[in-house]
Amino acid sequence: RLASPRPPPAITAPSGGAETRVVGLEIHAQISSNSKLFSGSQVQFAAPPNSLVSFFDASLPGTLPVLNRRCVEAAVMTGLALNCSINKKSLFDRKHYFYADLPAGYQITQQRVPIAVNGSLSYSLCIDNKMSQMVTKTVRIKQIQLEQDSGKSLHDDSRSQTLVDLNRAGVGLMEVVMEPDMCCGEEAAAAVRELQLILQTLGSSQAIMAEGQLRVDANVSVHHPGEPYGVRTEVKNINSIRFLAKAIDYEIQRQIEELENGGTILNETRAFDSKLGCTVPMRDKEGMQDYRFMPEPNLPPLILYDTKSLPANVNHQQVVNIDWIHERLPDLPSAKRAKLVELYGILPEHSFTLVNEDGLTEFFENVLKQTQMKPKKVIGWILNDLLSYLKQHSCTVKESPVSSVLLADLLNLLEKKEISASAAKQVFEELWKGEGKTPLEIVKEKQLQLIEDREELEQICQAVIDEHEKEVMAIKAGNQKIVNKLIGLVQRATQGRSNPVLVKQILEKKLSE
Amino acid sequence: MWCRQARGSVPRRLAAGGGRALAGPSQGAVSGELLRHLEHLALVDFRDREGVERLRGAIRFADRLREVNTDGVEPMDSVLEDRCLYLREDDVTEGNCTKELLNNAREKVEEYFVAPPGILCCPECDLQLVSHNSLFSVR
Repeated sequence: RLASPRPPPAITAPSGGAETRVVGLEIHAQISSNSKLFSGSQVQFAAPPNSLVSFFDASLPGTLPVLNRRCVEAAVMTGLALNCSINKKSLFDRKHYFYADLPAGYQITQQRVPIAVNGSLSYSLCIDNKMSQMVTKTVRIKQIQLEQDSGKSLHDDSRSQTLVDLNRAGVGLMEVVMEPDMCCGEEAAAAVRELQLILQTLGSSQAIMAEGQLRVDANVSVHHPGEPYGVRTEVKNINSIRFLAKAIDYEIQRQIEELENGGTILNETRAFDSKLGCTVPMRDKEGMQDYRFMPEPNLPPLILYDTKSLPANVNHQQVVNIDWIHERLPDLPSAKRAKLVELYGILPEHSFTLVNEDGLTEFFENVLKQTQMKPKKVIGWILNDLLSYLKQHSCTVKESPVSSVLLADLLNLLEKKEISASAAKQVFEELWKGEGKTPLEIVKEKQLQLIEDREELEQICQAVIDEHEKEVMAIKAGNQKIVNKLIGLVQRATQGRSNPVLVKQILEKKLSE
Repeated sequence: MWCRQARGSVPRRLAAGGGRALAGPSQGAVSGELLRHLEHLALVDFRDREGVERLRGAIRFADRLREVNTDGVEPMDSVLEDRCLYLREDDVTEGNCTKELLNNAREKVEEYFVAPPGILCCPECDLQLVSHNSLFSVR
C-alpha cells in the first residue's frame, strides 16, 4: 500500500536549524450533554450501532434542526474561560461535502460568525526537561464555533464496502482554533493538555482523547526568519497528546529535510502513523475542497444576552445570559494551582503535577487533613512515592491500593519518630500490596520500629566504630564526611531502625572521647 | 422590510420574464472545466447538450438579479432573521428506532448501513452520477 516509509528522522532541539517553525491547531471537543446539538437523541459512547439516531440525524426528509440550549451554554463557558469575546449574534451555515457518514451531504457549522472569537490560552512548559524550571507561554484562540459531529464509517476492504453507524452523527462539537503561535510538538502538547484540563474543569467536555471526545489536527509549516510563511500541511489521525508532539516534530523535520534537499512542500493533508512514527499523505483528501458554504436556512441567528441587554418579562428557558454564566464559572486550573501554592507553600511545578493528575489534589488534601506532617513534606510522598508507584502500575489515583487514610497513618508514624524514613518506604511498599494491613500492623510485623533503647544504640555504634578503624582515623584526622558512612553502617546493622540524627550524636560523642 | 420596499422598484420588463442577461461575468457561458467541477461537487451529471443548455438558462435567469440596485441595502441571508431561535432543553426524547431506520436501507450488515467504499469527492473514483435534468428547468 505504502512506499517503504522513511525512518523517523532524529529530532533536533527547537533551537537547532535556521528555520522558523509554525504550528497551529484545530481542536474538536465533543460537548458533554445528554442529547445532540440539533436533535433529542442521546449522546453516549459505545452504544449498539444506529440506536441513538433520530430521523433528523439520519437526514430523513421533513426534519428540522432544533438547537440544544446546553450546547450553547457549554460554548459560552468555554469562550469565557479562554478569554474570548462572545458574539451576541452568531450565525449557522452549511458546509457541503459528500461522505457516507454525513447523511445530509452537509454539516451545520458556524463559518461566517462563530459564537466566540479572539481569546487566549496560557500554558506552561518545563525547560530542558527539568521540573524545576517552568516557563509560561500564550497561544491566541482565533475562534470557537458550534458544529455537528459526523457519524462513523468502518471500512471493510475485503468486501469493498463501508459500514456506517450514525450514533455520533449530530453530536455537538466545539471547534477551537488556535493560531499558529506554537513552534514545536512540546508546546502544542502542553497547550492541548491545558485546554483539556480547562474543559474538564468547566464540564463543557470530558475531553477524553481515547474516546474521541477531543480530536486534534495540526497545521505545520516552516520558513526562514523574515521570509513569508511556508506552505502548510495538515496532520490528522492523532490519538493522544504524546502522539501529537511526535507527529508535529516528525512533520517539522520532514519539511526541513525536504526543503534542504531542494524539494517543495505540498499543501496537503497527511495522516500520522503511530506505529511507524511518521506522517503519510492521505489518499482521500487530495486537492482543494470547495465546501460551498451557505447560510443555514432553517435557523435564525443565535442571540445571546447579558444582564444589560436582557429584555424584561422574558422566558428564562429561552435565554442564554453570558453574565449569569460568567458568575458561575468554576476555578480554572491556573487559579487552582495558584491557590495550592499559596495555601500550602509548595512549588509551582508541584502544583502542576497535582492538578494534572486526576484526583491527586483531593488525595493530597485528604492526607493533609489527617496528619500533622507539614504540606511541604507530605508533597514529597505524594509526588515521589505515591505517584511513581501509580505510574509504574498504570493506576489512576482512584485505583490506588493505598488510600489517603493509610498514607496519613504512615506519615504520622514517621512524624512521631516511631519509624525512620527508610522504614517508612518499606512500609509503603508493603501497603501497596493492598492486603488490608494498617501501617502500624506492618511495622510490628516486620519489626521496623525505631530502636528507643539508647544503650542498645550505643552498643551498636561502638561495634561499628570498633570494626572500622581506618574510617575512625580519617574522621579524627579531620574528614567529617566519613561520619555519614558510619551512620549508614549503623542503619544497616539496625535494619533501618535507627534514628540517624540520634546515631550521629552518639557517634560524634564517642569519636570525640 | 426590504421585500415590500423593492416591489415598486423592479422594472416591469424583468418581472414579465423577458429580459436579456446584462453585464455579469458568465453571460450564459459555462466552460467545460467549470462544468466538470460542478458535476464533481454536486454529483450531478449533465450528460448531454440539453442539460448544459438548461444550466445556461438557469444562470441567465439568475443573472437578472444583478439589474436591481442594492446599494446601501443590508443583505438578507435568511427570511428568519427577525425570528427567535428556539432553544430546546437538554433531554433525551428521540432515537432508539434502529429497526425503523434500517428498514429504509437497501443494504445492511447487522445493524450498520452499507455504503460503497471510497470517498465520492475524488474525480478519479468510480462515481454514480445522478441525472438531474429536471433540476434546471426554467419556470
